[in-house]
Amino acid sequence: MTTHTDEHYYVPHGSYWPVVGSAGLLLLMVGVSTWLNGAGAGFYIMLAGLAVIIFMITGWFGTVIGESQGGLYNDQVDRSFRQGMFWFIFSEVMFFAAFFGALFYARNMAIPWLGGSSNNFFTNLLLWEGFESSWPTNGPGDVGGEFEAMPPFGLPLINTALLLSSSITVTIAHHALLAGRRTQLAMFLGFTFVLGFVFVYLQGVEYVEAYQHMNLKLTSGIYGSTFFMLTGFHGMHVTIGAIMLTIIFFRVLKGHFSREKHFAFEAVAWYWHFVDVVWVGLYVFVYWI
Amino acid sequence: MSSTVADALDHHDEHGPAKGIGRWLFSTNHKDIGTMYLVFSLAMFLIGGLMALVIRSELAVPGLQFVHPEVFNQMTTMHALIMVFGAVMPAFVGLANWMIPLMIGAPDMALPRMNNWSFWILPVAFGILLSTLLMPGGAPASGWTMYPPLVLQTGDAFPFLIFSVHLMGLSSIMGAINVIVTIINMRAPDMSLLKMPMFVWTWLITAYLLIAVMPVLAGAVTMLLTDQFFGTSFFLAAGGGDPVMFQHIFWFFGHPEVYIMILPAFGVVSEIIPTFSRKHLFGHDSMVYAASSIAFLSFIVWAHHMFTVGMPLTGQMFFMFATMLIAVPTGVKVFNWVATMWRGAMTFETPMLFSLAFVFLFTIGGFSGLMLAIAPADIQYHDTYFVVAHFHYVLVPGSIFAIMAGAYYWLPKWTGHMYSERLGKLHFWSSTIFVNVTFFPMHFLGLAGMPRRIPDYSTQFTDFNTIASIGAFGFGLSQLIFVWVLVSAWKGQKATDRVWEGSHGLEWTLPSPAPYHSWDTPPKARIANEAFE
Repeated sequence: MTTHTDEHYYVPHGSYWPVVGSAGLLLLMVGVSTWLNGAGAGFYIMLAGLAVIIFMITGWFGTVIGESQGGLYNDQVDRSFRQGMFWFIFSEVMFFAAFFGALFYARNMAIPWLGGSSNNFFTNLLLWEGFESSWPTNGPGDVGGEFEAMPPFGLPLINTALLLSSSITVTIAHHALLAGRRTQLAMFLGFTFVLGFVFVYLQGVEYVEAYQHMNLKLTSGIYGSTFFMLTGFHGMHVTIGAIMLTIIFFRVLKGHFSREKHFAFEAVAWYWHFVDVVWVGLYVFVYWI
Repeated sequence: MSSTVADALDHHDEHGPAKGIGRWLFSTNHKDIGTMYLVFSLAMFLIGGLMALVIRSELAVPGLQFVHPEVFNQMTTMHALIMVFGAVMPAFVGLANWMIPLMIGAPDMALPRMNNWSFWILPVAFGILLSTLLMPGGAPASGWTMYPPLVLQTGDAFPFLIFSVHLMGLSSIMGAINVIVTIINMRAPDMSLLKMPMFVWTWLITAYLLIAVMPVLAGAVTMLLTDQFFGTSFFLAAGGGDPVMFQHIFWFFGHPEVYIMILPAFGVVSEIIPTFSRKHLFGHDSMVYAASSIAFLSFIVWAHHMFTVGMPLTGQMFFMFATMLIAVPTGVKVFNWVATMWRGAMTFETPMLFSLAFVFLFTIGGFSGLMLAIAPADIQYHDTYFVVAHFHYVLVPGSIFAIMAGAYYWLPKWTGHMYSERLGKLHFWSSTIFVNVTFFPMHFLGLAGMPRRIPDYSTQFTDFNTIASIGAFGFGLSQLIFVWVLVSAWKGQKATDRVWEGSHGLEWTLPSPAPYHSWDTPPKARIANEAFE
């Protein structure tokens, strides 16, 4: 039976999970849209869609884990998964690139131009007289009112330390897996997701601080927009990554993953490093410079 | 868990398709999914085409006769979104699904379940998009480019527009990941990268472009959504943002998108021209390098779409020269196709006719693109019908003709039946004549100063507009011949395995129709190919 699957690339025969996923997406998108348009019921349709999607993810991944543990996947299937994950992470990088691009464009082009640089003297004089280009800013219209920018030291620095050390702990866990030291693997994987969730918690503390004491909001002009959208999408990714780490942790406790075959572990580790690298970019360009 | 595994192994030797609707809903078979993509694309092509006919009816004579200006704008917007994301892109993904595993000797796509999901997101996305036609405020009417602040005036349709674009992106990204992984990981053991057929190569590059830029579009429309509903200031000057920033982000996606729609077309004609010239493709490797160069350049030319919006002179110069540089690798491709035909024993079956028309007419579109690339000239042409003529020349007798050529070329391999050559030629000649009747006069209209995206115009533009409208109805009706070709091929003559006398490649060593599961064990690509020498 094993030789049978070793030779053949495993092609599943029919799966209803994708269609369930599409139904979930339909509910989710219609729900969010109608809710944004002011229909209260949309909120519940959205929740229903989310529930269907979570059900789909659980079922789909459950099937794949079952097949993986059953030995249906040969090395070639394993390579497909790895490459798929790599390209998925690349697409995520490009998603963040759009928002980083917006930040750079606003800081280096839009705001100096509003302040009259280059050939925009009259733009400044006639439309936004008195506005001087600076950063951080909420624009010449003082959108959202006066605010305080998030300082780079304090919480953000602690968060940087947390996330960087979680990258180290997940690497230690990886080495432990390769060396067959299961206790060390479980322990350091545990450290990693705890560090991840602490990061998310502190990020929440930071947001509360920003909203309650600094008048720094999503609506605080371009600074608030880029700050909250970049850190918000990053925080969402950390949350997803930490949930994935937790699942991997419990799979380790159940005895999953061998020294040779542990795609899911590596995929989550890659994802975690990706989230970490994005944070370094965020820390430098959003908080610091 | 163990029962799932046992089930999977039990079913492993079951070779027929499942019964009933489940075959399509739950499919993990690249051929079935490819068929669904192609049928979906044809349906969208016809719906988008009807919208184009609404536009051309209104423009047939000056004055407002059939639709309100708002509805006219909804038609131009929806026509573009449906044709770009619903017709052209899914058609190429359908061809990729069907042909790439057959061409490289793979048992299926690398990630078959995800393949199913990539397809089944599309009906959701376009269901949502089409439903906006019935909403208060109507469908989106800002143009498919969704520029703020205009797009923010969309009615209830606005969030539906944004989320349907998200879904289209999701589908494209998953489809592209599948294509790349299939090509890199699933080739027959002795098929090196530079031995791959041209169609596979162009799709590899296209898939890379898709993964690189679809997320950027997702980011751009997300910013629109938050600007509209959550008070962000990305595109609001008062808050320090800039509406022009949207255009930059959008076209960073949009220009590679143009090549996403044409590179697989290059691949298709690079398969067909050698077959009917009974020669190998001239300069295979240089074609690969040319396609890669085009892909690279596509990332650094985006602002040529916005020469008139206000940009530093150095920016204009850079984007102008970088854009003109694209003519070099594109020229390499055109000359290679011509060199492939040189002294070939050519015959002119329908796929070859469409491919030849592609080479001629796409080149016209390329030349008008070169004219538009020149910044000082573009300031005159911008937002005129000249631009409409340009991109319809590269998309209709470009992408669409290549899709048609591919459909005729591979239909016998898919169905096991030959189409009617007589009907195919009729479809070709009527399409080719009418496509030129439709779009060629638009060059003159544009140069004479007629702006695009208007429901009414000054009377001196009447003659050419009337001609274009006649052409549009002729082209639309010609596509019904294609539908009839497909239906009548059901009873067509049986196809041989090789189908075409001069064809090369692994797919032609399989029976026609290709069995439901092919290449369960990887073929020896070189031996199979030498059988045709």
